[in-house]
Amino acid sequence: MLSFNLLLTVCLGYAGLLFLIAFLTERRAREGRANWLRSPLVYTLSLSIYCTGWTFFGAVGYAARSGLEFITIYLGPSIVMIGWWVILRKLVRIGKTQRITSIADLISSRYGKSTFIGGLVTVLAVVGTTPYIALQLQSVTLSFQVFSPDAGDGLTTGFWVAAGLAIFTIIFGTRSLDVDERHSGVVVAIAIEAVVKLFALCAVGAFVVWGVAEGVGNSAQIISGSPISDWDMRPDRWVTLTMLSATAFICLPRMFHVLVVENSDERHLAMASWAFPIYLLLVSLFVLPIAAVGLAIMPEGQNPDLFVITLPLEFGREGLAMLSFLGGFSAATSMVVVASIALSTMVSNHVVLPIWLNSQRGGATVSGDVRQVVLISRRVSIGVILALGYLYYRYSGGGEALAAMGLIAFVGVAQVLPALLGGIFWRGATRIGAAAGVLVGFAVWFYAQYLPSFGEGAVFSAAFLEGGAWGISGLRPQALFGIEGLDPLVHAVFWSLSLNTFAFIIGSLVSFPNPLERLQGATFVNIHRYSGSVRGWAQSAVEAEDLLVMAQRIVGPSEAQALFVDAAAEQRKEGHIPDVTPAFLERLERKLAGSVGAATAHAMVGQITGDVAVTVEDLMRVADETAQMMEHSSQLETKSRELEGFARQLQDVNDKLTQISLQKDAFLSQISHELRTPMTSIRSFSEVLRDGEDLSQDDRTRYSAIIHDETLRLTRLLDDLLDLSVLESGRAVLDVSTLPLGEVIDQAVASLGTPDAKDDLRILRRPSDEAVAVSTHPDRLAQVFINIISNAQKYCDAPAPALRISVAKDPGGVSVTFIDNGSGIPPEDQAIIFEKFARLSDTRAAGGAGLGLAICREIMTQLGGSIDYMPGHDGAAFRVRINTQTASKPAALATNS
Amino acid sequence: MSREPEPMFLARETYRRRRLMDAGKMMPILGAILFFAPALWAGQLSTLTGLLYLLLCWIAMIVAAVLLSRRLPTQDTGPGPGDEEGR
Repeated sequence: MLSFNLLLTVCLGYAGLLFLIAFLTERRAREGRANWLRSPLVYTLSLSIYCTGWTFFGAVGYAARSGLEFITIYLGPSIVMIGWWVILRKLVRIGKTQRITSIADLISSRYGKSTFIGGLVTVLAVVGTTPYIALQLQSVTLSFQVFSPDAGDGLTTGFWVAAGLAIFTIIFGTRSLDVDERHSGVVVAIAIEAVVKLFALCAVGAFVVWGVAEGVGNSAQIISGSPISDWDMRPDRWVTLTMLSATAFICLPRMFHVLVVENSDERHLAMASWAFPIYLLLVSLFVLPIAAVGLAIMPEGQNPDLFVITLPLEFGREGLAMLSFLGGFSAATSMVVVASIALSTMVSNHVVLPIWLNSQRGGATVSGDVRQVVLISRRVSIGVILALGYLYYRYSGGGEALAAMGLIAFVGVAQVLPALLGGIFWRGATRIGAAAGVLVGFAVWFYAQYLPSFGEGAVFSAAFLEGGAWGISGLRPQALFGIEGLDPLVHAVFWSLSLNTFAFIIGSLVSFPNPLERLQGATFVNIHRYSGSVRGWAQSAVEAEDLLVMAQRIVGPSEAQALFVDAAAEQRKEGHIPDVTPAFLERLERKLAGSVGAATAHAMVGQITGDVAVTVEDLMRVADETAQMMEHSSQLETKSRELEGFARQLQDVNDKLTQISLQKDAFLSQISHELRTPMTSIRSFSEVLRDGEDLSQDDRTRYSAIIHDETLRLTRLLDDLLDLSVLESGRAVLDVSTLPLGEVIDQAVASLGTPDAKDDLRILRRPSDEAVAVSTHPDRLAQVFINIISNAQKYCDAPAPALRISVAKDPGGVSVTFIDNGSGIPPEDQAIIFEKFARLSDTRAAGGAGLGLAICREIMTQLGGSIDYMPGHDGAAFRVRINTQTASKPAALATNS
Repeated sequence: MSREPEPMFLARETYRRRRLMDAGKMMPILGAILFFAPALWAGQLSTLTGLLYLLLCWIAMIVAAVLLSRRLPTQDTGPGPGDEEGR
């Protein structure tokens, strides 16, 4: 029998070797001489952390208990790898372009860099991984106990294993902070461990098949003769387990870490797509023979989980047993190391940093050292995670069946699947949906599988399991909704995943994503179409120094400075600090994302750029502002057009004013002229009267009469002017009354005295036509008529002057036409007869001031009618039109005034 | 969103590559059918036969994966837009 000390020495030596290899690799990688490390072979081997201590020991035990069912655990991942083109390629591409650091980061990044989702997935991953780590501790402890049953209890061994692993992980897992540089040392170490465990398993398998069973044929016979010969196939478990293992292969934090985060080249996937299934096939090839032979040869009551070690020991092959032990040790340790690295990254990026950042409201630049915070939080997380695993192992009582514990963990992490697949294939998936799905699935899993797994009486009493919560049978943890008879595993998987998916879809359908989510959704789903860079920062006034300070704290001074120098060189600003361009910000953010996760990096850069919210929202705000500005400018345009209009109007008014002023000047000069003429004669004649003492009485009388006449003329002129001014200003009071038109004409004719007495102007009328009633101001209308008639008296040059006054009704009014039989008004003068002081002849015989027709037109306008000269008649022809419909309107206004 | 018009017929090589991508997408379905098939024969097979069947399928899938992985474009250098949905 191997001594415990020897075992310990070998173990420590092996661990030391791994330390050394990891150390050397890291050094070479830093020197840039480790390209072979990035080979597809190393990548493929690193995937083997899927095969943990459970695989190594537990698979044989599983096969001994349930026959071929163990193989489903390998079939699922094989399907996923062979179908790499569909899912893995996309995940890897997303992981690279978005600098994803963990599965929580991927989900959080997809759903709008949501801190909540990241934290949720992290908690789920920690809870789901803890049993798994316990499982590894248990398998190592058990294998130790095989060699030295009395060398202390398993708990002590477990404790030291956990402590040793924590130290290794802390040293190599948190050395470099930029996950983008990847943990080359760790990856190479687990690749070597992968070789060791495969070699050990195959060696034991070969020994069993050819050494113990003496050939393949015999082995087949032994299998046929063993209790597991009859394939007790349970289709529901078969399908569920295969799908579950496929899911876990993608969703387990450690698998995601090696598959996506540690992937250095997308092309490695192509080789891994067939090489890893071969690895899985080899691992599972000898499981059945070992189990069957072990069952046949080993004494009753031996733990079949340990056949891999006990069989060689049974035949005295201590070296082989030692190799087998090392294989199991490798499997367990590599899993624990990678899992705790992945989990610590998630915990520090999605739980610790957001909380820390929140507590440091001043921003990353003010105080504290983020790099230190990240490192410490990762180291502490690793310690805590391993401690949790140890505690779980210790208090779960170290259940005999390793497989059951592994499967519980599988179902737990599988709850991420709907959000993950939905996130990369369905643009409509939203944060609310993802959170709802994960929460619901997590809750169902916790209630239906995780808590019951501690055994009856541990958390749930037997009565609780039988009767359900609050005695509701539909809430029995292992028979939800009253559906009984399902295998507990199938039951848990079915309900948790289907309710999860349902909640996810419904949540996504009814909620509305924020802009960043929609953007990330489009980027993730169409990652192959435009895998350019992730969109980033709008330019803003950021101090490059602040960014440098922050970057130094996160990625370390030398790295940060190198990055800044690079950027400056790119901007052709050697020796200076680079400009804060959006491209530079984006690059910096991605660099930081490698250390602290996309969401945190975004938040930190956001704090400095003063852009804490979301860039897209800002963009939209900018777009809004642009829209507003456009509206403003269009408003301005409208206003300026309006102003132009006003200016034109003003110009017009001004022109009019100028014109009016000219008219006024002309009017004034005319008036002065009109006034001066009579004044001159009054002055001269009054002088003659004053100085002519020898004037005869006749002359005196004659001169006085002239003065009197001129005074009358002046008075008339002034009256006319006054009248015109009153009319023009619209202040004339026009009282309206209704009376026959004939009366108005009678009044006008009568006021001119007897026609026959003066100039024998004959006035021809047709009284029957004049019986029309009009509503008007009779005196003013009569004034118009008088003016026209007196004009005819004065200017009609016919030998027998005659004036025909005819009245005609038309729709809307009455027209009164005055036509005399004189020579009329020459056409060139017809346009000016209505102007003031327009007097066609210079004969002042008429004694008028030339305001008559102007006053007439003013009156007719006020009365709502018109007066026109009608060309085309023999003599002078005027038509006065009285609007019966509108005539009353201004009149009515005037009445009121 | 209008996509660029795609040629109605692709060059022979491109056509071949697109079909290979289709095959790549079909692989997990094929794998699932092959590996789930034993569920239909529950209780009729011995463990040994089952193991042989699964191993054979497994090897066949691996061979197919080897052939595919050599021809599928692994970097998106070649295919242009529409490589995902191209006909």
